[in-house]
Amino acid sequence: MSDIHFKNVWKTYHDQVVLERLNVNIKAGEFCSIVGASGCGKTTFLKLLLGEEAPSRGTIMLGEQRLRAEPGPDRGIVFQRYSVFPHLTVEDNVLFGLEMSESPILGRLFGRSRQRAKDQAKDMLSAVGLEHACGKYPAELSGGMQQRLALAQALIKQPKILLLDEPFGALDPGIRNDTHKLVLDLWRRFELTVFMITHDLKEGFQMGTRLLVFDKVRNDPQAPHAYGARITYDIPLNSDKRKFPVELTASLERSGSSKTDKKLLDFGPGPE
Amino acid sequence: MKRIINRNPNARVQVLLSLLPFVAVAVIYVFASEARLAENANDKLLPSLDAMFKSLTRLTTVPNKRTGDILLWTDTAASLTRLSWGVSISALLGLFFGILTGAIPYTRSLLSSFIAVLSMIPPMAILPILFIMFDLGELSKVILIVIGIAPFIIRDLQQQVLEIPREQIIKAQTLGASTWQIIARVLLPQLYPRLIQSVRLSLGTAWLFLIAAEAIAATDGLGYRIFLVRRYLAMDVILPYVAWITLLAYLSDTVLLKLSQHISPWFHGTQRKDASA
Repeated sequence: MSDIHFKNVWKTYHDQVVLERLNVNIKAGEFCSIVGASGCGKTTFLKLLLGEEAPSRGTIMLGEQRLRAEPGPDRGIVFQRYSVFPHLTVEDNVLFGLEMSESPILGRLFGRSRQRAKDQAKDMLSAVGLEHACGKYPAELSGGMQQRLALAQALIKQPKILLLDEPFGALDPGIRNDTHKLVLDLWRRFELTVFMITHDLKEGFQMGTRLLVFDKVRNDPQAPHAYGARITYDIPLNSDKRKFPVELTASLERSGSSKTDKKLLDFGPGPE
Repeated sequence: MKRIINRNPNARVQVLLSLLPFVAVAVIYVFASEARLAENANDKLLPSLDAMFKSLTRLTTVPNKRTGDILLWTDTAASLTRLSWGVSISALLGLFFGILTGAIPYTRSLLSSFIAVLSMIPPMAILPILFIMFDLGELSKVILIVIGIAPFIIRDLQQQVLEIPREQIIKAQTLGASTWQIIARVLLPQLYPRLIQSVRLSLGTAWLFLIAAEAIAATDGLGYRIFLVRRYLAMDVILPYVAWITLLAYLSDTVLLKLSQHISPWFHGTQRKDASA
């Protein structure tokens, strides 16, 4: 198992500083919820982890090695939307990952190796409860089913790290709860390190073992891009420590205080 | 009373309404033709349906005295051969360069402005060059069609590649796909229906260039025949030929649509029949 270390990581686009001086260590097997106002670098943080973006300064270490600045099979991802391939059936979507590694030229498996891969895909699909939808196209599935498919598709590669970019953002509340349970179950079962961006603070508190809050510490009203966001709160979570710190509420209200943030704060910590 | 935008015809009315313009045009033609022929029985401008039918029978059954060919069929075969070569080559070029410029940033920088400028050249303006370079044979006609429609298809497909959500390309990489595998398994299959769409849209243009090339230099073909018999004001040949070309164009459009629905059911939202794989 390999831990992740951010060492003095900056991310800038031209003269706009998005993230500054990130120093954070994440142990393998943690479930990090990431919250923060819009435009506070949550997605950039995830892109750095994914390798879609490289840090402008500093290093990200995965265990003993630098993190490769290109997406690869060691890190799976589920986006809010467009995570699955619309032209492939449910089963083929899950097979895709297996076919890539076993068939470099054609990208397709045939005969016995295909059957073996199919069995593996079947197991993964039943783990997310989609075993009955094998032959359907993603467009024929509900939003919740599409996200479960995206999870199965990512997990078939057995990544160590799973990145979730607001995976439940487009789901309605009932489906959301079921999917929460599924994700926690999969996290334990596959011993994943999970990073999950969410706009829903309650969700962040409920799901994570650790909550990372992104916020701008310094703000120059004349030059809003001059300073980037940092991790302002790094809260270890377990059943006792679900209390919502007063100063955090104040901080979030000071910073973005957009409508969504207020709404999120109303949720507060869960009653359980 | 409902607003007119909310009032929908039922199935039978829909069919009747869609047939109405065709019937109207036919009726108007018949009356106009009879009126002219009543004045002058030798009028050539609006031949009677009977005269057109006779010409059509002659063209489809009686062999030409000099060559022994049945004109309509040889003309159709010649035109369709040129057209399908031109369209197929354009489609392949479109797919190849569309992916090359859509998927790979380096080749996009290298080629996309060049292709954009190429596509602005009016093809008819360089037809003389084609005749000089490639002679008056089949090749120059096929090349004219390619020059006429390939740049459009290339640019359309490049745009289609760029419009495939970035998330899918990232996802494929996290599933271990190489550039080649992304092209073969993610981009290509999603481009087939869009390529067919693009080809359907450019079929009209392809016919335009085909008939232009045949009118200028050919010894057979539908366009050649129309422009040949124009000298004798033979409307009884021209009109059936135009109707025939229209029918061919309409049929090829329908066939392409069916093909697209068959190979990319997901694109058309139609359920796959063998849902259990």
